[in-house]
Amino acid sequence: MTQANSIQTSNNAPQKKRKAVALISGGLDSLLAAKVIQEQGIHVEGINFYTGFCVEGHTHAIRKKDKDKQKRNNALWVAEQLGIKLHIIDISEEYKDIVLNPKHGYGANLNPCLDCKIFMVNQAQAWAWAEENGFDFIITGEVIGQRPKSQRKETMPIIARESGAEDRLLRPLCAKNLMPTLPEREGWVDREQLYDFSGRSRKPQFELAKKFGFDDFAQPAGGCCFLTDANYSAKLADLWEARGERRYELDDIMLLKVGRHIRPKPNFKLIVSREEGENNFLKGYKKQFTSIHTVSHGGPLTLLDGSFDKEDIKLAAQIVARYSGGKSADAVTVQIENFNGTSYVMDVPPMPAHEVKEEWHV
Amino acid sequence: MSSKHTLDCSNLLCPMPVIRTQNALKELNEGDTLEVICTDPGTLSDIPTWCRINQQEVLSTEEVDNQIIFYIKKTAN
Repeated sequence: MTQANSIQTSNNAPQKKRKAVALISGGLDSLLAAKVIQEQGIHVEGINFYTGFCVEGHTHAIRKKDKDKQKRNNALWVAEQLGIKLHIIDISEEYKDIVLNPKHGYGANLNPCLDCKIFMVNQAQAWAWAEENGFDFIITGEVIGQRPKSQRKETMPIIARESGAEDRLLRPLCAKNLMPTLPEREGWVDREQLYDFSGRSRKPQFELAKKFGFDDFAQPAGGCCFLTDANYSAKLADLWEARGERRYELDDIMLLKVGRHIRPKPNFKLIVSREEGENNFLKGYKKQFTSIHTVSHGGPLTLLDGSFDKEDIKLAAQIVARYSGGKSADAVTVQIENFNGTSYVMDVPPMPAHEVKEEWHV
Repeated sequence: MSSKHTLDCSNLLCPMPVIRTQNALKELNEGDTLEVICTDPGTLSDIPTWCRINQQEVLSTEEVDNQIIFYIKKTAN
């Protein structure tokens, strides 16, 4: 055993340096949880899971209006602040079952927070790499009472038990409100240096951040998952209803983050870009969707999703024309391009604004 | 003997270019070079950050038209 991998105990017998895997979301809580454990001399590495619903990244990468916003992946930024390795794992495919069939149900929107946490802890524990590298326990930034569904005192043991992590799951920020875990009982971690945070107030976290010298951290409203967002959840519910079944592909959930979604009839909807950045993003989908763009005037690229006939396309073209530079013109020429590359043009009168019904907006 | 590899992450958005880069580097030998082609401007921050914290070396970064191209040397496992 090398010196770097061992610490000396009072009787001079070398003791294995313990290793913890921290679930890093990119927010403040997981940053602090990892830091608290690092401060006790534990080797910490981070895992960040990509579900497809992560808030950060996509929207600001697409939209021009967000061009000046700092583009950074907060989980990576957190890892760099901590000086730890970060392993980002794509679980978007396996995650579908959590979204579609949450055993413990949804939160206020389509957020399956409790199942999500169980799944992530379980993935962290089951991750072959973590086991192979002799990681001893898992850290999360959970705080009792912070979130109404997943972070309640009653649900904490459920996460530990159902994830399989049992008492190798340590929540440093609220550990003192819970039964001692294995790392505490074994003396790997000093329970006295852990915390007893609870409730929705984040004041204790801000104070701890100040103590550690962190003054720049992400504070995503409603967490870092689109499924906690009411508007996004409504779009996802609409997608399932229109398809007559609850399923999605990664592209579906990406597209729910982009453009205006307008459903004039149950069988199809339009995804209308709002600006150049979205236009460019939607162009990448022209081989998967029928698309409409205006020829005679400047205007948005629009994708049609669903099944539609000629009359539906004409209706869609009129709506697209309404969002183009020719909205006051008598007629606008649009080009309809099928995903196989064939195309044709038609002239349509733009739909008057008042005829684009409010309830069409998903 | 070191070799050169290319990874096309065009049209992929954060964090997929980082995930693909991370996974591609796992398969390479120490000393190998990976050329990563991206279009997401977020990668300008994310890929160098990932390399720094995971002890991989960004040899150079080029921006051509709307593409960002990273040359990364695998320096550690």
